[in-house]
Amino acid sequence: MSAVLTPVFFVTLLAAGVRMSMPILLAATGEIFAERAGVLNINLEGQMLMGAMVSFLVGYFTHNMFLSLMAGMISGVLMALLMAVACITWHAQQVVVGITLNMFALGFTSFWYRVAFGVTTSPPKADLPGSGEQAIPLLSKIPFLGEILFNQNFLFYISVVLVIVANFVIFRTQFGLKLRASGEYPKAAETMGVNVQRMRYVSMIICGALAGLGGTFLSLISLNRFVDNITASRGFIALAIVIFGKWNPLLVLAASLLFGTTDALQLRLQAVGVELPSQFLLMLPYVLTILMMIITAKRSESPAALAQDYQRESI
Amino acid sequence: MSKHILRMDQITKVFGKMTANDHVDLTVRKGEILALLGENGAGKSTLMNILYGLYKPTSGQIYFNGEPVSINSPLKAIELGIGMVHQHFMLIPAFKVWENVVLGLGGRVILDEAAAKEKIRALASEYQLEVDPDARISNLPVGLQQQVEILKVLYRGSRLLILDEPTGVLTPSEKVKLFQTLRELTKDGFSVIFISHKLDEVMEISDRVTVLCRGKKIGTVDTKDMTKEKLARLMVGRDVVFTVEKTASKGSQDKVLEIQDLSVKGRRLASTIKHLNLTIHAGEILGVSGVDGNGQSELVEAITGLRPVESGKVLIDGKDMTNRSPAEIIKAKTALVPEDRKKVGSVKSYNIEKNLILRDLTNPAYCKHGILNYKALEKTADEIIQEYDIRLSERQSPVGALSGGNLQKVILAREIKSQPRLLVAMHPTRGLDVGAIEFIHKKLIEARDAGAAVLLVSAELEEILSLSDRVVVMSGGRISGELGEKDITMEKIGLLMGGEKLGGSANG
Repeated sequence: MSAVLTPVFFVTLLAAGVRMSMPILLAATGEIFAERAGVLNINLEGQMLMGAMVSFLVGYFTHNMFLSLMAGMISGVLMALLMAVACITWHAQQVVVGITLNMFALGFTSFWYRVAFGVTTSPPKADLPGSGEQAIPLLSKIPFLGEILFNQNFLFYISVVLVIVANFVIFRTQFGLKLRASGEYPKAAETMGVNVQRMRYVSMIICGALAGLGGTFLSLISLNRFVDNITASRGFIALAIVIFGKWNPLLVLAASLLFGTTDALQLRLQAVGVELPSQFLLMLPYVLTILMMIITAKRSESPAALAQDYQRESI
Repeated sequence: MSKHILRMDQITKVFGKMTANDHVDLTVRKGEILALLGENGAGKSTLMNILYGLYKPTSGQIYFNGEPVSINSPLKAIELGIGMVHQHFMLIPAFKVWENVVLGLGGRVILDEAAAKEKIRALASEYQLEVDPDARISNLPVGLQQQVEILKVLYRGSRLLILDEPTGVLTPSEKVKLFQTLRELTKDGFSVIFISHKLDEVMEISDRVTVLCRGKKIGTVDTKDMTKEKLARLMVGRDVVFTVEKTASKGSQDKVLEIQDLSVKGRRLASTIKHLNLTIHAGEILGVSGVDGNGQSELVEAITGLRPVESGKVLIDGKDMTNRSPAEIIKAKTALVPEDRKKVGSVKSYNIEKNLILRDLTNPAYCKHGILNYKALEKTADEIIQEYDIRLSERQSPVGALSGGNLQKVILAREIKSQPRLLVAMHPTRGLDVGAIEFIHKKLIEARDAGAAVLLVSAELEEILSLSDRVVVMSGGRISGELGEKDITMEKIGLLMGGEKLGGSANG
């Protein structure tokens, strides 16, 4: 085990942890917007999957990073809009629609991937320019920290900025106030001139874009390929992380890093050859999620109108 | 400039088959308090929701400051300078005061917290409101929440305030404070529409009164030319007797309900009952007064078997009925007029007969060998309809179609017909018009005179004062004081409601 407990091991573990937390962080940040507005967007997983598949297809055929990112975000948004129309305009049950759309996304993405590439034993790679690490000059030379934080993919730097912006928007702007009011007490918001349905739509669009981007990170940057069910329930873990992070972007950032590091750890333990069945190691992040949920169950302060439909009184 | 700030002209609003407002006119002068008076269902709220942009009128025109306006959303109403304090406060409990106040304001993208708080403090001190901008709404008492609502309206520079039944949730001292604020505001040129069905308040606070009845405007009168009786006649269309005729209780020593050291977990901390003792004798009405949510609901539920008792005892006619099932408690001749007549007191889709036997399924007169005797049921229903003057459009219509007053009469009739030893009545007249209130009061006294012990829970001080032989006041899940018949005054009850002890009181 001496090979494990070295500084190098920790630096690479943490750097990998940061990398692996990105898809979850992006999706969870999006989910904060949706849930703060009162929509329990359980379709996060489906939106990530769509983003992962569509961006991969676009990336593979155009070889253009920017176009791929856009495609990933737009497909996430379209998926989110499907849910928004059903639940906000037509007042369907949010949880039921969300689950159904997840199944739809799983089938849809697997199908179109096969249509594009057929059944193969070696999935094609996208190899997009910019999918590797971009070291930030000077900062990346800081011992330990530089390797962990400043030698990452550009999307990581963007994500961190996004989290900070999200935090500011939610807590310091009139938009954020209206967003939170829509998820706490929509009727009161309406009497103060807030268009609750519009706020919920906007929040779903933001959420879809970020979840799609999360999926894109997974297929184009983390794995450099698409496989069936590439998200492997990361959307659900993001849902749990939102609760653990108390609907607060900065806390969610911390929770995502914790989760990503656990995931990286289990991969490394497998590689080192710990004498445990690999299936048990694979369970580690999910066990952590359950533990997190149990710890936070008592003190959870969810938006009061979360998952509740809102209908303006008949006029 | 016109001397009227608002003129609503021939407003009509039709919902399906029902006409909620039928060519209603309403004007408000600058700097006046106009009371909008009417029974429940008279169309007051509909009219105000039209004014606030929540409903669109079927026909009619609104003029604001002399200009014709079309108000199609609350935002538009706010922009014009119309502010509304809703009956159920429209405050977000998880937000701080200042966040609630600035919610929905246009103009700034980024919130200017410091400036908002500064402006709130300035307004609060101008109108002697005790609002701390940093307080969280969920931590504020109801009276202060209402002040935040008023601040919200003032902050937006509204000139016309609509207050929908603002006093229902207030303690007497909070009410005094509210009226002071309103007078202060009208002095500064604000206009107020004060919606109420309480005649005393209307007489006390308003300059003019507009009376609505069944969607139509009956008239607008100057308050100073009016008396309570005249107003009631306008509102109900007939004379109303306000003083309840009641002889002194016969003062039996027969204990019907005895509660010993009762503790019950409440919905909230303030309503958790802690070591409560209470006795009611046959032939007396015990009034339980207090601001809602101080344990009254929990007390009633514990007595009637609807909520588990943690410790202590409930004795009915000397028998221990603690934590027994409602069926057993009904058998012990306990009757309940519950708080929520629609959800708990009746089954909406059933007709009168079926509602009558809900609590009486084991009575052989109505049900033998599991088979219902509809003839007997119909006969009882007919008697009750006659005796209680219940107005139905169709004999077989479901009770959900009845007005609040008529539904309450059905429930009261069912409970009193069972000849209870103990009659528990919770807010029996809440939301009812004066005519129905008068009737229900008479019936409660009849039940008392027939020998029942009556536990009357009410937030209406008038009701407690005119019916009770003894009064206990609840505050924070305890009895903060007890008043014998000679001691019952509004002032004393008011003090006890705030949880204060009376100097030299027997129960101090």
